[in-house]
Amino acid sequence: MLAIEDISSLEAIRLLDLAERYVEVSRQTDKRQLVLQGRTQVNLFFEASTRTQSSFEIAGKRMGADVMNMAVATSAVSKGETLLDTAMTINAMQPDFLVVRHPSSGAAELLAQKVSCAVINAGDGQHEHPTQALLDALTIRRHKETFEGLTVAICGDVLHSRVARSNIHLLNRLGAHVRVVAPSTLLPSGIANFGVEVHRSMETGLRGADVVMMLRLQLERMTGAFVPSIREYYRFYGLDAGKLRLAKPDAMVMHPGPMNRGIEIDSDAADGVQSVIREQVEMGVAVRMAVLDALSRNIPGGDNA
Amino acid sequence: MINPARQNARRRAYVNAEIVAPAQGLAGRGGILIEDGWILDVGPKVTKDSVGSSAQITDCKGVALIPGLIDMRVFTGEPGTEYRETLASASEAAAAGGVTTMIVMPNTQPVIDDAAIVDFILRRARDTASVRVAAMAAITKGLQGELMTEIGLLKEAGAVAITEGTKAVASANVFRRALTYAKDFDLLVVQHVEEPTLSTGVMNAGEAASRLGLSGNPAMAEVIMLERDLRLVEMTGARYHASQISSRQSVEVMRAAKAKGLPVTCGVSIHHLVLNENDIGAYRTFFKLSPPLRAEEDRRALVEALSDGTIDVIVSGHDPHSADTKRLPFAEAAYGAIGLETMLSAALGLHHNDGVPMARLVETMSSMPAGILRLETGRLAPGAPADFALLDKHLSWTVEKDGLRSRAKNSPFERRTLEGRAVETVVAGESVFAYARR
Repeated sequence: MLAIEDISSLEAIRLLDLAERYVEVSRQTDKRQLVLQGRTQVNLFFEASTRTQSSFEIAGKRMGADVMNMAVATSAVSKGETLLDTAMTINAMQPDFLVVRHPSSGAAELLAQKVSCAVINAGDGQHEHPTQALLDALTIRRHKETFEGLTVAICGDVLHSRVARSNIHLLNRLGAHVRVVAPSTLLPSGIANFGVEVHRSMETGLRGADVVMMLRLQLERMTGAFVPSIREYYRFYGLDAGKLRLAKPDAMVMHPGPMNRGIEIDSDAADGVQSVIREQVEMGVAVRMAVLDALSRNIPGGDNA
Repeated sequence: MINPARQNARRRAYVNAEIVAPAQGLAGRGGILIEDGWILDVGPKVTKDSVGSSAQITDCKGVALIPGLIDMRVFTGEPGTEYRETLASASEAAAAGGVTTMIVMPNTQPVIDDAAIVDFILRRARDTASVRVAAMAAITKGLQGELMTEIGLLKEAGAVAITEGTKAVASANVFRRALTYAKDFDLLVVQHVEEPTLSTGVMNAGEAASRLGLSGNPAMAEVIMLERDLRLVEMTGARYHASQISSRQSVEVMRAAKAKGLPVTCGVSIHHLVLNENDIGAYRTFFKLSPPLRAEEDRRALVEALSDGTIDVIVSGHDPHSADTKRLPFAEAAYGAIGLETMLSAALGLHHNDGVPMARLVETMSSMPAGILRLETGRLAPGAPADFALLDKHLSWTVEKDGLRSRAKNSPFERRTLEGRAVETVVAGESVFAYARR
């Protein structure tokens, strides 16, 4: 699984249905599944991540796989080994799944061309983060009956966000009406051609929205001045109770995490009754279990192989 | 006393060819008679009968005979990174592509910023390369963009122009002085037109880049540098050549500058004429170029500008890179593609598919660069050096990694079938390449 752009709406819905089952499983006392028994999953993270890496680790373990986390900071990568060398080395150890996160767009694609196991993109640069979009869709579906006609406002640093790209592709495909809300300096060029409505102010962008999805301001990716100051950004684009009132009264507040409290979202909005941010984390494990399950059927030794 | 037999042995003729040498007004059936590396006669009068037994005769069987190509933008790894390419290996690729003169860029280690290094290149080329080699020297010491090189001494050592190769001189003041000083020595100044602070992206800015999540490099970065430079040319009167332009807007800027009568010319890489940003597909790094491949609309504007004379020369932009700098995530991979061996074949595609006349293609790769660089090659005329190529316009061949002569294999045409290619290449009267059908 490399990109949402390659997945049909039917495949996405099947994954969401499968994930529902794993939500139930995860709420049981005994969570053990045997689907991936004997399988090896390697989490290869070239970028610091707490939540995605632990989510994939828990998902893999619940499914019965042997999970290994590759600590990149202490590995050969810091000794100058290239991405492909590292991947080929791991590939030689015969894993069944490689979960990859990398700061460069296209890194997962490059790996998938060279290794023989299933590759799951856990975020590549500013390109895609497919399991995040699936978990967001699952969270939305559990609160709203249908995606048809739903207005989803994706707000903030769209330019640097792989989460935004994957969500735009998936939600569009599922029939939702997607808006992006950001200052022009944080919008990728040609974004209107992605099939979204483009807004430069929260006032128009949030009006009547069913879902308000906030994005992390990726200060670490900014190599130039995209916004003048945190203070100004918060004033115009930070989600607070006042701005949230513009959306529908039952609008959901979402955030892929980790949050910059007081920058793109304030604590009232993040922890309020409309927030589903913690539920997103729970859905993340279920979605990843579903993705591993679905992929396991298509690798050597799987049901459909 | 000249021994007639020996004289005859040195004298050779290629007859029954379709001669395409627009700068000399030659088009049609004819031949060429050469002796000791020089052209004695060329044209319809040179036939099997007219030559008789005075020379060794090759029957071209109707294939085209064109001036040897001059490639104004070639990078090798010599000196410094010979694992990428040497002058010798690049010259093999050149010969296979009908290129008889390659102009190497100063981006070597050490940089060609000193007369001694120009001398080194020319002597290494004389001893190891199978085609002619000339060098452009750096505009500033170490390509640092600050201190001017010894422009007069570099010219004396044989440098045909000055350039920073892969980057522009960012400081308007430094560039103005370089233009002013170079004018006194009547030396051409060649600029890579990209405004550095605006060109931090890795592909063309736009929807395609946004979808791939790659940072974009807007066409405006090129236009701004070009417009700045043209103002400085207006001010200084120096001879200026934009190494490669890549966008529709730059074409308009060049067209206006030429209409004004400024002493300016420009080039385009063969890759920008036949490929566009969509060829990058799923992060294919062999298509990562500087300037980046742009939209189809830009490509079409470039082809039109080539036809109408706004663009003066086609270059290969030959830039060899090994797997360790190319088999990386797109943003981290090196810029550049090889092209010496495929430039002519790809250019013929413009004739076959886009209707660009053969004569125009030939002159943009021979007499035009020769004129800009003031070389004595690039023409088919009595008294000129005997550099030419035989070209089978319809011979189709597939670009295979293992068949490429360049030491590096980063060709964007890999596994593509191209129509037409050089079947024999002659430099100074010596055959340096003959195509063996496989």
